[in-house]
Amino acid sequence: MSGFTNHPDQDFGVRIHDALGDAELRESFHGAMTFLRDRRRAQFPDPEALETLRDSGAAIRDRALAQLPDLLEQLEDRCRHNGIQVHWAETAEDANRIITGLIRAVNGKRIVKGKSMATEEIGLNTALEAAGFTCLESDMGEYIVQQAHETPSHIIMPAIHRNKASIARQFAEQIPDTPYTEDVDELIGTGRRVLRRAFAEADVGISGVNFAVAETGTLCLVENEGNGRMSTTVPDTHIAVMGLEKVIEKLADLPDLMRLLPKSATGQAITTYVNMISGPRRDDESDGPRQVHLVLLDNGRSRIYADRQLRATLRCIRCGACMNHCPVYERLGGHAYGTVYPGPIGQVVMPQLFGLDHAGKLTQACSLNGACGEVCPVRIPLPDLIRRLRHEGVSTDPASPVRGHGRQRRFSEALIWRVWCFIHTRPPLYRLVTRVATRARHWLPPLPRAWTRHRAPLQPADRSFQEMMRHREDRRS
Amino acid sequence: MPGYCMNSPAIQRVYLFGTCLIDVFHPAAGLASVQLLEREGIEVVFPEEQTCCGQPPYNSGYDEEARAVARQVVRRFSESIPVIVPSGSCAGMLRQHYPSLLADGPLADAARDLAARTYELHEFLHRVLQVRWQDHGDPVKIVMHTSCSARREMGVREDGLALLRQLEGVEVCEPESAETCCGFGGTFAVKMSEISAAMATDKCRAVQATGADQLLSSDCGCLLNIDGMLRKQGAHLPAEHLAEFLWKRTGGDTP
Repeated sequence: MSGFTNHPDQDFGVRIHDALGDAELRESFHGAMTFLRDRRRAQFPDPEALETLRDSGAAIRDRALAQLPDLLEQLEDRCRHNGIQVHWAETAEDANRIITGLIRAVNGKRIVKGKSMATEEIGLNTALEAAGFTCLESDMGEYIVQQAHETPSHIIMPAIHRNKASIARQFAEQIPDTPYTEDVDELIGTGRRVLRRAFAEADVGISGVNFAVAETGTLCLVENEGNGRMSTTVPDTHIAVMGLEKVIEKLADLPDLMRLLPKSATGQAITTYVNMISGPRRDDESDGPRQVHLVLLDNGRSRIYADRQLRATLRCIRCGACMNHCPVYERLGGHAYGTVYPGPIGQVVMPQLFGLDHAGKLTQACSLNGACGEVCPVRIPLPDLIRRLRHEGVSTDPASPVRGHGRQRRFSEALIWRVWCFIHTRPPLYRLVTRVATRARHWLPPLPRAWTRHRAPLQPADRSFQEMMRHREDRRS
Repeated sequence: MPGYCMNSPAIQRVYLFGTCLIDVFHPAAGLASVQLLEREGIEVVFPEEQTCCGQPPYNSGYDEEARAVARQVVRRFSESIPVIVPSGSCAGMLRQHYPSLLADGPLADAARDLAARTYELHEFLHRVLQVRWQDHGDPVKIVMHTSCSARREMGVREDGLALLRQLEGVEVCEPESAETCCGFGGTFAVKMSEISAAMATDKCRAVQATGADQLLSSDCGCLLNIDGMLRKQGAHLPAEHLAEFLWKRTGGDTP
């Protein structure tokens, strides 16, 4: 149940049921999310300062999006000037074809990849396999997940669904000469030995991009394990893949975003490594890649960009704070969503990428409690966007900007709201209904089993509040 | 956001928006709200022509149906006096969502005006009226559940707690993970009933772990959810709307 799918709505209910029934999984996520929330809170001790910083983060991202086409042109221009070759990919297939072509052109054999959600989004590993290449994930979590033929369950901590015993078993079985141990340092040491060898031998390194600075043509990449630096400096060819929304206007925009990203994501003041990549090895330099490529990925982003409200989706800096604070994500884990981006941001991104006919049901797995919106470092109004997508899911308006709109509409539900509206816009009728409900409270038909399976039946009071108020008025006059 | 202008001429009249859940399930909380306001010398106008705020269809994406109900609320509560709502989520609907829901119609200005004079009951009692109360009850330990809309959309968590803290005999506590949703979420509780139940189960455990004698909340949806599960489990933790509790503790007669 850990594969990504283009039809996450299919069997969503089954995945939810299985996830909720998996006590070990729930324990893992509860522990990890609590830990991450506490760490984040400790990094932002002053609520007012945090709100000011979030204002700044949102403004920087909004300003970049407002001039997105121009900034992308400028980025391309500055990158070329720096010796970075820029490629435009409209779809996931385009991106995979470009990357495969680049690897073939340099006769690449051994490929390592730093952690990148954009490459997960386009299914790069599968495409490379189909083209006869194997690509080794070099982030420890991604490495564990890849070795187990799984997919990441969190955008920052891909193997968060796994406990150390299961990783110990996996390493002992799959890595030669590895004794079983649950000692975390030893386990990491084992992984590192494998990865070190792979870095030394790699001829192509693939990475993501956290921010691309249009002003200077600089690619910024943050990470904690050094694998990002290794993947982008050791192999002769470096291919960076980024969603085209990740461009920012100028270098001066970076500090505030860096004040927000690691703290929101992992509760770190700063990541162990901050890579600023401004081109391939120069003539007078003794190391670094000989070629640097930047693949700019659209994959549906232009469509999201076209709608004023939905455009806020593209502010995202992929910190994962929304999922860390989502009570639904905490209970389900990432795999139940069946999507590359799980949790609140996934519930907003995925229906827009795959269409509401394939991913509209995801938007229902939300109580609109607002915890995600409250912590988003760039103030994406996630609950509003989830509700908006619910609306587009049942909207019969042919001008709806979201693909698959109206495909979540069910006759029975539409009828219920029609009747509901008829009653609630006619106060005398409403009073009649509430009068009957309160008088016949012992004989009402039972509520849906979905409610009563876990709760005592609801029973109306013997008189409605409106009736009480009328009696009160009568007594007074 | 409404202002809390203490120097402006004293407020003499307010509307009460009763909410449909209070109307049908917790009428005593509605009456207590009226009485708490009247005791402060405020005249409470209760338009008979009110039903619901439109939140159920709105959160389900049925904007047209929600809009029809919202228009009716804006028209019926048109006098320029505060609108008091004894529920964080319904108050949030009026204050935060009506302006955008009605932005494109003839009631756009009226909706913004209504939003600006909408208050959650306890916010109004604490911040605007700045009530001072004497406790008349026996010592009791209560656990307060603040709804997500009261906490986040309205930012009034402190108001409910501050009012409770005025009562000498009341020991106030919050459950562990107080900021986590109880799993109600309106139609979410039925559409995603398994997730909702998992969330409610955790909330029930947390409120019981406090060892409190009573559970309070200022939102009926959460109360119906948590209390419904506690009763199903056979737990002995009576639940009450905050307004009703406050009214009884401060010397009000039982309605």
